[in-house]
Amino acid sequence: MALVLTEEQSMLRDSARGLISDKAPVSHLRSLRDSKDATGFSRELWRTFAEMGFSGLLVPEEFGGSGLGCVEAGIVMEEIGRTLMPSPFLATSVLAASALSRGGNEAQKAQYLPKVSDGSLLAALAIDEGAKHRPLQTKLQATRAGNGFKLNGDKAFVVDGHTADLLIVAARSAGAAGDKNGLTLFLVDPKSKGLAIERIAMVDSHNAARIVFDHVEVNADSVLGEVDEGYALLDGVLNIGRGAVASEMVGLSEEVFGRTVTYLKERKQFGKAIGEFQALQHRAAQLYIEIEITRAAVLKALQTLDADPGKAGTAVAVAKARAGNTATQAVQEGVQMHGGMGMTDQFDIGFFMKRARVCQELFGDSNFHADQLARAKGY
Amino acid sequence: MSDLEKFRREARAWLGQNCPPEMRKPMASDSDTFWGGRNATFSSEAQRVWFERMRDKGWTVPHWPTEYGGGGLDGEEAKIVRQEMAAIGARQPLTSFGISMLGPALLKYGTDEQKKEHLPKITAGLIRWCQGYSEPNAGSDLASLQTRAESDGDDYVINGQKIWTSYANHADWIFCLVRTDPAAKKHDGISFILFDMTSKGVSTKPILLISGYSPFCETFFDNVRVPKAHVVGQVNRGWDVAKYLLQHERAMISGMGERGVGRPLGQIAADSIGADEQGRLDDAPLRSQIASFEVDEAALAAAAERAVDLAKAGQSHPAFSSAMKYYGTELNKRRYEILMSAGGIDALEWESERSRGGARPRAWLRTKANSIEGGTSEVMLGIVAKRILDLPGA
Ligand SMILES: Cc1cc2nc3c(=O)[nH]c(=O)nc-3n(C[C@H](O)[C@H](O)[C@H](O)COP(=O)(O)OP(=O)(O)OC[C@H]3O[C@@H](n4cnc5c(N)ncnc54)[C@H](O)[C@@H]3O)c2cc1C
Ligand SMILES: Cc1cc2nc3c(=O)[nH]c(=O)nc-3n(C[C@H](O)[C@H](O)[C@H](O)COP(=O)(O)OP(=O)(O)OC[C@H]3O[C@@H](n4cnc5c(N)ncnc54)[C@H](O)[C@@H]3O)c2cc1C
Repeated sequence: MALVLTEEQSMLRDSARGLISDKAPVSHLRSLRDSKDATGFSRELWRTFAEMGFSGLLVPEEFGGSGLGCVEAGIVMEEIGRTLMPSPFLATSVLAASALSRGGNEAQKAQYLPKVSDGSLLAALAIDEGAKHRPLQTKLQATRAGNGFKLNGDKAFVVDGHTADLLIVAARSAGAAGDKNGLTLFLVDPKSKGLAIERIAMVDSHNAARIVFDHVEVNADSVLGEVDEGYALLDGVLNIGRGAVASEMVGLSEEVFGRTVTYLKERKQFGKAIGEFQALQHRAAQLYIEIEITRAAVLKALQTLDADPGKAGTAVAVAKARAGNTATQAVQEGVQMHGGMGMTDQFDIGFFMKRARVCQELFGDSNFHADQLARAKGY
Repeated sequence: MSDLEKFRREARAWLGQNCPPEMRKPMASDSDTFWGGRNATFSSEAQRVWFERMRDKGWTVPHWPTEYGGGGLDGEEAKIVRQEMAAIGARQPLTSFGISMLGPALLKYGTDEQKKEHLPKITAGLIRWCQGYSEPNAGSDLASLQTRAESDGDDYVINGQKIWTSYANHADWIFCLVRTDPAAKKHDGISFILFDMTSKGVSTKPILLISGYSPFCETFFDNVRVPKAHVVGQVNRGWDVAKYLLQHERAMISGMGERGVGRPLGQIAADSIGADEQGRLDDAPLRSQIASFEVDEAALAAAAERAVDLAKAGQSHPAFSSAMKYYGTELNKRRYEILMSAGGIDALEWESERSRGGARPRAWLRTKANSIEGGTSEVMLGIVAKRILDLPGA
């Protein structure tokens, strides 16, 4: 498969870009932050997303979605990265939609997927517990009780957890922290007794939640996939999320870079445009090259996720590691090359820096993924 | 089954049948490369057989037209041949500057006569070419070159000196940049010309590299007579040809290095350093260096694939090969720094049998030239800044 977008994919990109740049430029995020908006995103815009078919992009057509793939999801994520639009797209349309359509039984799919497609159901995936992404270390305990389970433990960094109508929770039903076996995914109603959700305002003005599970009861029907054998499903879903976040970082990096190059041509010091100084030219060229190479790696990962998801692990690790490094470099150079202006809140570039930091941590940072690659290659 | 699918099957089967097992092992030294030419010798019977079979198939240069001895394949098919060769670790049957540099320039700028004369001898490995661009005072600033070509009837008379001419002492012909109009602005008075290295007045003097090898030369021209018909493209427009050729040269150099074949670097390192109970390399900082190297290497492989696909889709920037050249060569230097560190004191042996004559440290030193030859890294960054980013004054 050629590593370029098809005509349909380019059209999808144009329509996503048109909508997002028009309705949600960076000022959209800024005003949500400044008004301390309780939701943290625009529900009206989410309805528009649904009308355009974006919310059900990964949902199979029989459940009201468009049945498209990871490349297409990545295209939307990339446009989101360009304006930093806060949106349930990642948590609901990428993560939850993938988890439900890959792991759900017919009843679960019929119950939830149409609502994901039409935008009426928001969902969140609860995995992380400690300071770093270590899905194998999941400790949140699922103990059998009656014909169901009781959940006890804590989750952190649950993207959009505060607005979710449905939580997908990774829990340990057997084995010890570190084991691949013994993980189970549960579909949990956030209003369940014993469940406490705290919205966390993060550095990037996006939303995540800390969630405490205190003897939360779930019945047997709420198991997503197989009891004790949830790791493969979880890993597959996480890989899709990683590919999506890597795409967001590509969009983010490219936007910051574009703004910075424009500034290099406009800003004058010493009687000339600062873009005439070779010290800056070479760094700008290096950054351009990094972004181009990362873009290729990310597209490769997304295409592999669509063509052969079981073999996508390595390509995804490469993409997420690269995207994290590239975004970090892009935002640092972006601020640096803007001089004092780059440090001001009034200027948008800082928003990109903050978001890049969060994207790094989402589903494993560059070090995590380099380590995954090393393990896969047997060293 | 699609046509391409069918083509892939056939290519795989043919390569499987025709590529000798010895030609599927990673190259161990320079003598494993077959360069062709009037004085060519094969280092093994397998090398000869492999070369001849590929030549007869048209696959020494799969994407050139069949009339010139190529395979006549389109971009998609040529990619499949490359992939299927890589899958079995097949070596290039023929390496030459004729294929990677001169050929593309001749296909674009050459006359029918020039193409018919030179291209078949390239695909058949009959003539070995060298590149006469750099001069003692014209390196990065190539357009300031001073080698003169003076008109004399139907000939030019060439005088001057080239330097760093790779394999000039083994080459049969040279493609050379000469100044045909000393009065014009520096880019406007240059012509691109071809001549036989056995012409009267051509001499070469090898230069020893830090690796201890001597693959390049000083090349002297003392009243060398060359027919005017040997100019490629227009007289005084040689810079266009030169630049076009450089794009191909850079794409070729960016692909150097044994990317993704053989054992993973981390395992090579573990062979000499050892691993812990969990199988992790017993040198944590080196392990992270290798892992981030391999992340970048895999990403570059995707970018190289994408560059070809973009070109096919007509979406590539002509200066993009400079971007790839920069990244590929810097990455190859990183690979060899890692290999040296992984080898530790074993990688310091220079002449012993067990080190195969210091193969690793010599290869390490050779890679340092990657970011110099074909245009330095700094020059590549300058080209990206100017031609792609459109930064002022670059
Ligand atoms: C937090 C903070 C506190 C500050 N406090 C004070 C203060 O108390 N008093 C005060 O007077 N100032 C203060 N400053 C201002 C500070 O000194 C300037 O921001 C700084 O000198 C850079 O100038 P600039 O912002 O105009 O950037 P510019 O000069 O426009 O630089 C933009 C970019 O171009 C690069 N550049 C510029 N010229 C060249 C060149 N010749 N070659 C290569 N690159 C070049 C710069 O390195 C930078 O990356 C403060 C700044 C900050 C961020
Ligand atoms: C192994 C090897 C094989 C070669 N084979 C051939 C061959 O077959 N045919 C041939 O014609 N040539 C060949 N070359 C020559 C090669 O193309 C030149 O070495 C190269 O173009 C650099 O020129 P130079 O060596 O004169 O360095 P210089 O141009 O003198 O450069 C010295 C340093 O200054 C830097 N520099 C120069 N200009 C700038 C600038 N504007 N901005 C910032 N930095 C700058 C360079 O990047 C470099 O780091 C070969 C070189 C090597 C090492």
